[in-house]
Amino acid sequence: MARGESRAVRWTQIAVALVFLALTLALPLALVFHEAVAKGLAAYWAAITEPDALSAARLTLLIAGIVVPVNLVFGVSAAWCISKFDFPGRNLLLTLIDLPFAVSPVISGMIFVLLFGAHGWLGPWLLEHDITIIFAVPGMVLATTFVTAPFIARELIPLMQEQGSEEEEAAIVLGATGWQTFRRVTLPNIKWGLLYGLILCNARAMGEFGAVSVVSGHIRGETNTLPLHVEILYNEYAFAASFAVASVLTLLALVTLALKTAVEWQQRRSVTHEAGIAPSLERIAA
Amino acid sequence: MSIQVRHLRKAFGGFAALDDVSLDVPGGELVALLGPSGSGKTTLLRIIAGLEPADGGTIHFHGEDATGQPVRERQVGFVFQHYALFRHMSVFENVAFGLRVRPRPSRPSEAEIRETVLGLLHLVQLDVLADRRPSELSGGQRQRVALARALAVKPKVLLLDEPFGALDAKVRKELRRWLRRLHEEVHVTSVFVTHDQEEALEVSDRVVIMNEGRVEQSGTPEEVYERPATSFVYGFLGDVNLFHGRIHRGRVRIGESELDAPEWAEARDQAGIAYVRTYDVELAPTPSGNSSLEALVRHVRTFGPVVRLELDLVDGGRTIEAHLPRSRFEGLAIAKGQRVYVSATHVRVFAGD
Repeated sequence: MARGESRAVRWTQIAVALVFLALTLALPLALVFHEAVAKGLAAYWAAITEPDALSAARLTLLIAGIVVPVNLVFGVSAAWCISKFDFPGRNLLLTLIDLPFAVSPVISGMIFVLLFGAHGWLGPWLLEHDITIIFAVPGMVLATTFVTAPFIARELIPLMQEQGSEEEEAAIVLGATGWQTFRRVTLPNIKWGLLYGLILCNARAMGEFGAVSVVSGHIRGETNTLPLHVEILYNEYAFAASFAVASVLTLLALVTLALKTAVEWQQRRSVTHEAGIAPSLERIAA
Repeated sequence: MSIQVRHLRKAFGGFAALDDVSLDVPGGELVALLGPSGSGKTTLLRIIAGLEPADGGTIHFHGEDATGQPVRERQVGFVFQHYALFRHMSVFENVAFGLRVRPRPSRPSEAEIRETVLGLLHLVQLDVLADRRPSELSGGQRQRVALARALAVKPKVLLLDEPFGALDAKVRKELRRWLRRLHEEVHVTSVFVTHDQEEALEVSDRVVIMNEGRVEQSGTPEEVYERPATSFVYGFLGDVNLFHGRIHRGRVRIGESELDAPEWAEARDQAGIAYVRTYDVELAPTPSGNSSLEALVRHVRTFGPVVRLELDLVDGGRTIEAHLPRSRFEGLAIAKGQRVYVSATHVRVFAGD
């Protein structure tokens, strides 16, 4: 801690941070729940169980259900390649993984429209073969996959780089196959980081608005996810219903936050377990 | 199981890590690969294990070509410098790993695995720690787990990368003796990498000295120490002083004085380096002809059975080191700042600057 600073400076800093947090986080959060129940609990319940809302929830779950496993496989393979091997194009791959973070989600959505849309590059071909991607679920899955691609890989790469590949080498020398090495050595070592990445990826997949909005076409009951449904209700001046659905998403965010904190805590514990006990025992042994 | 390495080459980018290395490890021997860092010894070890592909050359295990064989089929035991124990497994599971990953038909039963692992843990004196995690062990204990794990798969050859590198001096000495005894018990062909000459000379049956990707000399510890083949080996093994001079008709001239170098009778005024081991340095209060160098005593350290002196040569201003037995030192009655005359009981001269 900065001991040189006076008490006044310290308290001012803490106060500024608290006021900022209250204004940008606590207040909107409270408002969401307040507005959601503004017309009573019955209206709240009706808003979230209405067929369009349920359909949006189902679609959100479906998209997350596809996107998260896909990104799990992609993220783990990309992190494995990048951290355990040195190959030409390694840095390019690293940059590509970061691309979705750098590009605005709306632009990401536009890219897919330009590619697969009726007037896009592959549009005529898709039309010929009767495949619909844009303004349909496949496009939304693609857009969400793109936007959430970095989460798992980004979480794992530093972890795997830090752990090095000596344990994997040891496993292979002992006769393990590639799969045995991954399952018995690599996976247990990265499990907490992986879970953390999964939680973040899932949260973003469910909450994604920009990219999905561009490719969805906003067809009620068909291509609406929860975030899109919130917007539609809001634009129709159905504020209470809009906030009611938003509160569901907010609750999801809070659950995610709790899970994330729990995983972080578990991760830290396993790290200190590794680093903390060793020296003391070394002393006992000596 | 013997190892034959022939004309091995390996480059990393433009850097030649191994440059035409050939090597024979007779079956059952314990061989040390000794050299300064960057000499290619670890690269050689990793290529023998199959962890690194070679750019050229061949490796045979007991006459059988293993050059292109994948690591997991080579049946080598490898002990990593930092042990590389599986951090999430107990000591027991670490040692059992190599048995558990065998394909089902050749996988031993749970009871057999248990027996083998406990036997090995007993061999490395760690029976009581079977349930511990690697993080709960000391460095020396981890090293022994790593060894037991490597031995569990009954390797044809055992390869150890700087096995004592990360340990403190006392544990190192203990483990060194222990490895020697273990090798006598298990008798598996073993190659270990070290940059510590004392370790190499004390533990191994045979020492291979490497420098800049090449083998400088290989032989028993006595051979390489008593009869170094190259200037590098002489300089690398033991404490030596070196003198730059000119060789001419069996004499080497250093400054104003001359020393005998009978093996260079044919040489005609060429550059040479004379090596004198610190314990081959003779000191006298008076000059003896022109075969001694004048020096001033700069520093005297008198602990232990050997007295170590630092001497400033008057001619050229270089500092050399001399080790004298305590009795001899006391007979000379030398003190700091005093003028002495330095000669050598044994000199080895190599051509070059």
